[in-house]
Amino acid sequence: MKNFIDRLNKAFENRIRLGIMSALMVNASVDFLSLKDLLNVTDGNLASHITALEKMEYIAVKKEFVGKKTKTTYMATKLGKMEFNHHLKALEDMIRMSE
Amino acid sequence: MNQKSEHLQQISEIKSIMERSSCFISLSGLSGVFAGFCALAGAAAFYVYINQKIGYGYTELAGRFRVELDVDFFTFCFADAGITLFLAIAFGIFFTTRKAKADGLKIWDATALRFLINLFIPLATGGIFCLILLFHFGWFGIIPPCTLIFYGLSLLNASKYTLDEIRWLGISEIVLGLIGCLYIGYGVTLWAIGFGVLHIIYGLIMYIRYEAVPKEKKYW
Repeated sequence: MKNFIDRLNKAFENRIRLGIMSALMVNASVDFLSLKDLLNVTDGNLASHITALEKMEYIAVKKEFVGKKTKTTYMATKLGKMEFNHHLKALEDMIRMSE
Repeated sequence: MNQKSEHLQQISEIKSIMERSSCFISLSGLSGVFAGFCALAGAAAFYVYINQKIGYGYTELAGRFRVELDVDFFTFCFADAGITLFLAIAFGIFFTTRKAKADGLKIWDATALRFLINLFIPLATGGIFCLILLFHFGWFGIIPPCTLIFYGLSLLNASKYTLDEIRWLGISEIVLGLIGCLYIGYGVTLWAIGFGVLHIIYGLIMYIRYEAVPKEKKYW
């Protein structure tokens, strides 16, 4: 059992991070506002989790100008997708094991 | 085991977010049901008009390759189609907004936009194509099956961004449309089946699957 717990990625233990990654897995890119609406969190909360995922290089950030405003979009990196899939696999295995 | 239910919950959260962020899931089955009734009423009105005003039945009208452009007839056709479409869309917006509100979701977001764009590109192509057939070639009989085919293709295209049932509805419409091309005289009947009966059936299926049962508790 210990072995399985080790396989879970600590970075995805937090629900908001899990949510961010889930959305980025099925969309080429998602912007900040959409993520905020989707996860129903405050700006600051979302930003801090995004920064954490960015530091681990699980997500990439793209900033562009739309008129005068900046629009920030995020996408999952190859590493992020791989890690997330490992995490999912570990979750599934653990559920199966305890059946 | 407590830990197990925690993991199950995490998986269901992941699934829910993936669905909500990539698909337009607020589409209500009831909008399909009401759109279906509108289509049946529209087709019935057309049928009655044809039999009373034109003097010969639909089969003969559709069979003529060139229909004389009678202003009264086309005014009626466009008014009938316009009112039917308007009512169907109005019901669609009403029930879909209602469902989104009940689920605590936003009606207008990136998924809704993506769904509509992918629906309307083939749909508008089909609409323009039908107008060309009608006014350039005067071939009236081919219009009902053509609308079925293009509507089916539009649904098929947009189904990637919404509930799975739409894909099967699209395929059914395409099949009906192709049959209609072979049996031009049954155009209005097949149109009524495609836009009326199929909408009602699929709408009911979607309503029973997604709306009639109480939603599971939300975690977010």
